[in-house]
Amino acid sequence: MIRAKNIYKSFGDTEVLKDISIDFEAGKTNLIIGRSGAGKTVLLKIIAGLLDPTKGEVWYDNVNFLELTKRQIREVRMDVGMLFQGSALFDFMTVEENVRFPLDMFTNLTKKEKLNRVNNCLERVNLAGNNEKYPSELSGGMQKRVGIARSIVLNPKYLFCDEPNSGLDPKTSILIDNLIRSITVENNITTVINTHDMNSVMEVGDSINLLYMGELAWKGNKDEVLTSDNPILQEFIFASPFLQRLRDSALQA
Amino acid sequence: MYWKETVRQMHDIGVGSLIIVILISVFIGAVAAVQFAYQLDGTLVPTYYIGYVVRDMTIIELAPTITCLVLAGKVGSNMAAEIGGMRQKEHIDAMEVMGVNTAAYLILPKVIAALVVIPMLVAIAAFLSIMGGYVASVPAGWITSAEYIQGLRSFFVPYNVFMMFVKAFAFAYILTTVSCYQGYYVKGGAIELGKASTNAVVISDILILLADYLIAILLTG
Repeated sequence: MIRAKNIYKSFGDTEVLKDISIDFEAGKTNLIIGRSGAGKTVLLKIIAGLLDPTKGEVWYDNVNFLELTKRQIREVRMDVGMLFQGSALFDFMTVEENVRFPLDMFTNLTKKEKLNRVNNCLERVNLAGNNEKYPSELSGGMQKRVGIARSIVLNPKYLFCDEPNSGLDPKTSILIDNLIRSITVENNITTVINTHDMNSVMEVGDSINLLYMGELAWKGNKDEVLTSDNPILQEFIFASPFLQRLRDSALQA
Repeated sequence: MYWKETVRQMHDIGVGSLIIVILISVFIGAVAAVQFAYQLDGTLVPTYYIGYVVRDMTIIELAPTITCLVLAGKVGSNMAAEIGGMRQKEHIDAMEVMGVNTAAYLILPKVIAALVVIPMLVAIAAFLSIMGGYVASVPAGWITSAEYIQGLRSFFVPYNVFMMFVKAFAFAYILTTVSCYQGYYVKGGAIELGKASTNAVVISDILILLADYLIAILLTG
């Protein structure tokens, strides 16, 4: 479990996050949603330890992440996987080398053991047999799946996904969402997903946290989205007349 | 991983820069010889001094300084762009989230590789400059082969070679650390990356020249 407590973040005079407190539970896909500029990425980067908050605490289970030494932070980070918006695959490495990178850095496994682990992860994301390809030879969806394989190769306890569906078609988006969710449930991972994709919200939103102008405006789950009367949530989720009609017909049914 | 990366960097810096170092050092030696021969024309200074002057000029000054100024442009800008590109494509964030010490993984191998390879390139440059001086002055009739070799053997001070390597190490350290710093802390997009790359070269060049002056004072004072 990850707990963000009273997080504030400012850049100069601009206050981006104001008193955010959220519990991200293990074995669930925890979503952070909100409009562009709401502070989603900043919050995710603070939780992942890539940015320091101006004020507040981040707890990984019983460990206060912000009070750790650099060495301790590195140890905690070995339990962390992260999928980036642009996949962040190392373009000078093959798929296999990308996925093997954390194993090369942090384990003393033999070459054969590493290869087995890499192949298992690639199979898990339906990319078996693509070991020798370079990221530039893969589609956006395949790159995301390689990113997922790399992020789970060390069996992390915490998984962060920054806009995992950005730039993907709806079908591939659902595939990626379901893959992240099944990995989360199978391994009891604490997964935090930053998204503004409505398919993701309705597909895998075990726990949803809506940010609005740097504040936590609503929290709930995918079933409560339809019935909530929170105006900010309604305005965000059902932004188009088409979606509003869909919601109305769903509620009537 | 660190060793593998260091070897890759040694290859990139060393083999990748060999052609430009060869070209520049041969021509610098040739120009130095021709111009000194021109200045000696009609004087009472013995012509074998051409070999002596070309040797000391290249060992003490031209080989380390010109080579490293050129490498700041080629290798330094490349390092800044490579690391800056990794910052922009979130590669560095990805490594940090994994727990990788990115400064150690990305910068240290480059610095070590440069400290090993650049002095070698400088030594090659010094040798080739002297050869360039020979090629330019002997066939042109400014001096005989025997005189040039006599000049090379005259007044040789081994301490000058030590000074050359001190400069090579110092300049290698300056150009890699400055360039890596510029790339590592780049913010923004393509324009900022271009600026970082330019800054890497300009700042490295200025610091190399400053260091050249300081080393000259320290080691010859």
